[in-house]
Amino acid sequence: MIPGEFTYHRPSSVAEAIAILASHGDEARPLSGGHSLIPMMKLRMAAPEHLVDLGGIADLKGISEDGGTITIGCMTTQHELIGSDLLADKLPIIRETSLLIADPQIRYMGTLGGNVANGDPGNDMPGLMQCLGATYVLTGPDGDREVAARDFYEAAYFTALAPEEILTAVKIPAPPAGHGYAYEKLKRKVGDYATAAAAVVLTMTGGTVASCSIALTNVADTPLHAADASDILTGSTLDASTIASAVAAAEAITDPASDGRGPAEYRTKMAGIMMQRALARAAERASA
Amino acid sequence: MNDMTPTREQREAALEGMGCKRKRVEDVRFTQGKGQYVDDLKLPGMVFGDFVRSPYPHAKITKIDATEALKIPGVIAVLTAEDLKGVNLAWMPTLAGDVQMVLADGKVLYQNQEVAFVVAEDRYIADDAIQLVEVEYEELPVLVDPFKSMDPDAPVLRPDLEGKTEGAHGPRKHHNHIFNWEVGDEDETAKAFAEADVTINEMISYHRTHPSPLETCQCVASMDKVKGELTVWGTFQAPHVIRTVASLLSTIPEHKIHVIAPDIGGGFGNKVGAYPGYICSIVASIVTGVPVKWVEDRMENLSTTSFARDYHMTTEIAAKSDGTVTGLKVHVLADHGGFDACADPSKWPAGFFNIVTGSYDFPAAHLSVDGVYTNKAPGGVAYRCSFRVTEAAYCIERAMDILAQKLDMDPADLRMKNFVKADQFPYQSALGWEYDSGDYHTAMQKAMDTIGYRELRAEQKAKQEAFKRGETREIMGIGVSFFTEIVGAGPSKNCDILGVAMFDSAEIRVHPTGSVISRMGTKSQGQGHETTWAQIIATEIGIPAADIMVEEGNTDTAPYGLGTYGSRSTPVAGAAIALAARKIRNKAQMIAAHMLEVSEYDLEWDIDGFQVKGNPEARKSMKEIAWAAYHAPPPNMEPGLEAVSYYDPPNMTYPFGAYFCVMDIDVDTGVASTRRFYALDDCGTRINPMIIEGQVHGGLTEAFAIAMGQEIRYDEMGNVLGASFMDFFIPTAVETPHWETDHTVTPSPHHPIGAKGVGESPNVGGVPAFSNAVNDAFQFLGSTHIQMPHDSWRVWQAAKDLGAHG
Repeated sequence: MIPGEFTYHRPSSVAEAIAILASHGDEARPLSGGHSLIPMMKLRMAAPEHLVDLGGIADLKGISEDGGTITIGCMTTQHELIGSDLLADKLPIIRETSLLIADPQIRYMGTLGGNVANGDPGNDMPGLMQCLGATYVLTGPDGDREVAARDFYEAAYFTALAPEEILTAVKIPAPPAGHGYAYEKLKRKVGDYATAAAAVVLTMTGGTVASCSIALTNVADTPLHAADASDILTGSTLDASTIASAVAAAEAITDPASDGRGPAEYRTKMAGIMMQRALARAAERASA
Repeated sequence: MNDMTPTREQREAALEGMGCKRKRVEDVRFTQGKGQYVDDLKLPGMVFGDFVRSPYPHAKITKIDATEALKIPGVIAVLTAEDLKGVNLAWMPTLAGDVQMVLADGKVLYQNQEVAFVVAEDRYIADDAIQLVEVEYEELPVLVDPFKSMDPDAPVLRPDLEGKTEGAHGPRKHHNHIFNWEVGDEDETAKAFAEADVTINEMISYHRTHPSPLETCQCVASMDKVKGELTVWGTFQAPHVIRTVASLLSTIPEHKIHVIAPDIGGGFGNKVGAYPGYICSIVASIVTGVPVKWVEDRMENLSTTSFARDYHMTTEIAAKSDGTVTGLKVHVLADHGGFDACADPSKWPAGFFNIVTGSYDFPAAHLSVDGVYTNKAPGGVAYRCSFRVTEAAYCIERAMDILAQKLDMDPADLRMKNFVKADQFPYQSALGWEYDSGDYHTAMQKAMDTIGYRELRAEQKAKQEAFKRGETREIMGIGVSFFTEIVGAGPSKNCDILGVAMFDSAEIRVHPTGSVISRMGTKSQGQGHETTWAQIIATEIGIPAADIMVEEGNTDTAPYGLGTYGSRSTPVAGAAIALAARKIRNKAQMIAAHMLEVSEYDLEWDIDGFQVKGNPEARKSMKEIAWAAYHAPPPNMEPGLEAVSYYDPPNMTYPFGAYFCVMDIDVDTGVASTRRFYALDDCGTRINPMIIEGQVHGGLTEAFAIAMGQEIRYDEMGNVLGASFMDFFIPTAVETPHWETDHTVTPSPHHPIGAKGVGESPNVGGVPAFSNAVNDAFQFLGSTHIQMPHDSWRVWQAAKDLGAHG
């Protein structure tokens, strides 16, 4: 549980950070909250020679709204997400999800950017960002480019992020006022990754689902946007048989690992149960 | 009496003696980060040791090459078994009569086994060097399943035992067999089964887990080559035993070995045994001449330094149709891992598992235990229980529920019917123990009344109907557990560790001004001895607990004792303390008589001093008597006021309790929520009710963890799974249920203050309560027995197998 030797950098600007990353290539890793990377280093499963701490870059923090889009700086901590009045008003599902991540001590350090950029299928925010249709801003030597959360994840720990890039911000289209939402997470204990989790955002019109977006966490080697399930539910009254076919569609795209949380079959079934429960709560919260 | 004279009540209260909810004095330093643990120790020139470990569970070692590692600046040495052979320490004896490799000698028997010991100037360098020690392995077939260990073609795990047909505990019947231990009357038991109206037969497994104290195992060894003296600071629950073992192994005379156990961050049995880290640190310090520190990390702790349980108990009960039990037959297959390093008294290869008749009056019983080797870590420690008592309690409490189900009787009523009755004590059990005291019916009735048992059963019935009608997906379980423990090892007639009788000791010195220092052979790891020992002395000799300092853990100053585990401190050392205190009081009585110029027979004890019978104004307080002991003792009497007592208990003590768990289970997710948990404990005389309550809370939390998911699991390849707190279930305050505690008091008749010990009761009684609650919930769907641990996926699986998912 002791990491190998590395050089620690603490740049004060994004440009400086990118320059360091670019000059060291694969040997360098950006460091945000550190709650995934540092344990991996202690186990010597990751051994970057250069750690580029983004904590000294003031520009990377903060939550703002502009024309229906909410932008969150990558170094914004989960604790700050929980405390944000803007998010509580416009995107309450972020607060609900953040409160299910680890424990307060970790949330003081853990960041949104680190959580989405690391590519760990156990993280909660990637699925949520897919559910919300978020876009990631990737900043590299040639400037910014944007990649949809739904296109970002390739496999466990493999993403669209290049070694010399930093995921600097997350842009989220604010769902309409009156939307229903829920994040349901089954876990063994505080601090655990999900056995299975589901994010649901929907709108209702006169008892019918007007729009619906669903994503699943930790039931494949990437987060899963359950597009088919969402489509099946849109236009329905959330009757039992439609829900059953949506659950079946969602379960069909899962491919979980068997681990201490349970065998694959269990985790697939739990993804379905979490989705069903999230749907019920989201529908209850939605204005008709 | 004027207003300034304290009343008797005030004098009594000032003592903070037995029965007082005295705040724990040790917490002043613990809650301020001022405890002094092994890893806080920094000695000049100290270096660090760390292990190269095997990635394979079973392999030959064909080569170890440390050339590259030794090239790193700051690497001092890399020790292997070959080096240890030079000092005859490549292997060490275990407490169970086996031998164990200190460093891998030609092969490894479990994953993460210690292969080489790197000594370096700091921990970082040591860990870098570990990566560069080249070890060549040749993989061997792996034996994981204990039920396959004695197959004819099972791999040979221990070539060192080849041809040894006799083990430390009798004949071995297979190359992977360690021992067979048999107790009871087989013929009588067979007769009971032949004549029974009803029998049950169930294989009840208690899975492998780990004590997982917050502080891992660690030590600092420092050899002074000039004086020829060795000092070892370590996480030792039994420091004197460690000193004796170190002397026997190293041939350093015992008086030149100083063993010091400083503050310990939890033990739970993990810190009883001797581990390769201790031996290697000592050898490395002898070799290098500088102090060597070794500190385990969490994964090392969980995967190598001991385990607990791993008992597979085929259990049969014979009964009459009215529910009266007539016979008990248990066969245990005990998975001991690669070496038999179980921490039991030497003559007890399966500990006190023969307490398995529990609280019930079985006229006949027979027990047979087979220990076997597998490719898993050695250990078999008593995780917050007296030796194998929690396995026994789980076995009988689960089996009584299964019998109740078969008889269609209420499980609480079945227990009531079969309890040993209050007038049967002292009670001779069919498997050889003499229970000292108990009043089971009273305790059970109080528990049932308090929790509203009959109403809960009615509610459960209604919920089952609603479930069957499809109105709810939640089911309800009521777990009943009534346990009898056997603690306080133990009487020299049946208990020793490597030949040393399992007495314990206390030394009390009263200073001239009436304050006290006292030292014991026990060692607190969180039990609060500094608080409770002072309370016993305070009551016995009338000096306020606040004026009494308790010191443990330094073998140079403390009298020889066997240490703290198996709930033995209060039954054994607690008795020694009371008896040492009474020696002091006897001498004080003679001094007081001299001071008051009366015969000592004219004096009577009154709270904090002696008074003349019939004339309470003529009195001398202990403070005055202490001064006189040093200032003007009676003629012909030695000055001073101190005493030592070594106590060999005449019998074990038998704490008991009634626990009830009410659980609601979500059938669709398998999530089980504990709605209520009620624990009634009878530990005899209660020294500090607040510490008892704390002990019960802690033990119940561990029981909850074990029953509901805490497990050291191996895959079929022998890889240890989940050896980190990410997977090994340590509940937080969020998951932990609320505990309701209660008590009855049935003092031990043979203990000087009637106390029985309580630290382990909640773990012993708690596990069956949780497991019975889960099992009880599923009974109406046709289930007989669901194995632990009851983590969500397994509960879900059980529900699925019973057709509860439609």
